[in-house]
Amino acid sequence: MLLAGQVLEVLLGGLLSGVLYSLVALGFVLIFKASGVFNFAQGAMVLLAGLALVRCLDYLTHHEFPAWLAVLLALMFAAAIMALTAWLVERFVLGPLVNQDGLTLFMSTIGATFVLEGASQMIFGSDVYPLRLFPSDAWIILDNVFPGGILINKLDVWGGLIAGVLVAGLAVFFQNTKTGRALRAVADDHAAAQSVGIPISWIWFVVWLVAGLVALVAATIWGTKLGVQFSITFLALKALPVLIIGGFTSVPGAIVGGLMVGAGEKLAEIYLGPHIGGGIEYWFAYVLALLVLLLRPQGLFGERIIERI
Amino acid sequence: MFYREAGQYKSSYAADMAIFPIRQDRLALWGLLAFAYLGVPLLATFKIWPFGSDYLLRAILIPFLILALGSIGLNILMGYCGQISLGAGAFMAIGAYGAYKFANGVHLPLAWLGTEIAIPALPVLASILLGGMMAALVGILFGIPSLRIKGLYLAVATLAAQFFFDWVFIRVKWFTNYTPSGSVTAPELNILGVTFNTPIERYLLCLAFVSVFALMTKNLVRGNLGRQWMAIRDMDIAAELMGIRPLYAKLSAFAISSFVVGVAGALFAFVYLGAWEPLAFNIDRSFQLLFMVIIGGLGSILGSFLGAAFILILPIMLDQVPHALGIPVTVETVSLSVLIITGALICYLLIVEPLGFARLWSVGKEKLRLWPYPY
Repeated sequence: MLLAGQVLEVLLGGLLSGVLYSLVALGFVLIFKASGVFNFAQGAMVLLAGLALVRCLDYLTHHEFPAWLAVLLALMFAAAIMALTAWLVERFVLGPLVNQDGLTLFMSTIGATFVLEGASQMIFGSDVYPLRLFPSDAWIILDNVFPGGILINKLDVWGGLIAGVLVAGLAVFFQNTKTGRALRAVADDHAAAQSVGIPISWIWFVVWLVAGLVALVAATIWGTKLGVQFSITFLALKALPVLIIGGFTSVPGAIVGGLMVGAGEKLAEIYLGPHIGGGIEYWFAYVLALLVLLLRPQGLFGERIIERI
Repeated sequence: MFYREAGQYKSSYAADMAIFPIRQDRLALWGLLAFAYLGVPLLATFKIWPFGSDYLLRAILIPFLILALGSIGLNILMGYCGQISLGAGAFMAIGAYGAYKFANGVHLPLAWLGTEIAIPALPVLASILLGGMMAALVGILFGIPSLRIKGLYLAVATLAAQFFFDWVFIRVKWFTNYTPSGSVTAPELNILGVTFNTPIERYLLCLAFVSVFALMTKNLVRGNLGRQWMAIRDMDIAAELMGIRPLYAKLSAFAISSFVVGVAGALFAFVYLGAWEPLAFNIDRSFQLLFMVIIGGLGSILGSFLGAAFILILPIMLDQVPHALGIPVTVETVSLSVLIITGALICYLLIVEPLGFARLWSVGKEKLRLWPYPY
């Protein structure tokens, strides 16, 4: 019984932290689905959103605003910063690159990543800033079933809830609104979308804004977990294998992929790690992604890649 | 006026197909090589400006040559074969650690087979080349997914190589010969009885490697293999229909590219760093090489040199210029502004000149051809 409890605890912890990977991966999927751009800058955007949020919050609490107002204003400030970023990226990077192929766009987002990482730290500072928006203590559940019970982090549960709401909202936005349909048209073919009168620059602004807001949500949770700091950008790299596993174009895929990676790497770390030297978490997700790529290149939920000449 | 090939008649097929068919190019190349092989060492020996101290040689020219070699390697894969790779740092690491193991003797007990692999310590030159071979083998392995996937998907697969090998060289103590700190020291650079110790000697060693490999690559990409790579790059399905085997073309690009990158890694570790730890070849190194290739020019050997020079010198300039002007800046501001400027330049270059500095150079040559009477 003790062993089963332990496995369950590791599994649950892994699944819940997987939700947080999904949250970052979601930002990628959104932009990819809607503009065909693979946005390498998502991690940098999480950093920027987090820094804007935490620095504004510090400033406001320092000037003795009531807590709820400070949080609200800080969230609005961070959202405004993300809107500004979306506009700048559209205006100066992607706008001039309309109709280029995916690889060029991808590399331009690597450039944007560097600019965002540098600029956000230059403006908001580059220390580790603690952020306390959600409770980070733990619950102990099922202690009548297993001896000692199962430890669950409240923060992870919050993350799961928020991710669920976010996915539902985005699904409605993509499937049922006019803008959502326009987004999908742009992703399919820039030129064709333009020729039927879809304002491409406006659409791209919307996409980057939405991705920026997803980044903000991810930043609130990851910031509470790790503190807002530069290493948060590596999350983006962690989200890449999640995308590969789930498929680039699938929102549910991002969620399932995140859960698989989260649970898999925790289990592997604990049960496989001691045998081969530990630190498996560092590459486990990537090797899993590599296997998925070999067996099913489009990912578990992705649309089949069809080549035309 | 000066750059005009009119009047240079080629009387044989060989002359027409030469690596440098234009006389001015050949002269410029010989001039450059003469300066690099004779001029620089002479200037450095007699400590004539700007070689007053060995700073320029040690901290700029040596890493420039090695990283230029690395970006030539990456350029084979990305620029000529069109397969994006974010794992160049890992292949440099494989080259470096492979060379280290061969130089110190490989001893691999295979208890479960009841045997063991034991290779005595090899000379440095052989170790460096074998390190490159190891990188080539791993390159082929990680190139296999490229037969089914491409573009962004492949980028992630190569990123997997990066993270996996970062971990391997930190955690698997066998590769670092069980040194407690995980940091390893290069053997003495003794090649064919000559010991390379001073910065000038080390510079010449790097120069020799780079000029041989650059020439080899330049030759390779104009031949059969290079044309297969470019056909795959331009459109893989069409290339396949024309009878080019993707398996052979892609994997050969992965192998040769990884070999060159691996040799660059071994040189970087042995000649430039001397003692190193796995962090020297982390993902930042991969991005550094990637940017050298993009900024210099995809599919251009000259571009690899230009990109390497630019990416290497930019941070130094950003550090020195405010000092010279008397503006106080902190180290952090410098490193952040390097990030911003590099990123902005990449975006800018992708927008105005997707083919990089190499393209600007060839535009300049076109202009020179008509100068001073352009129409």
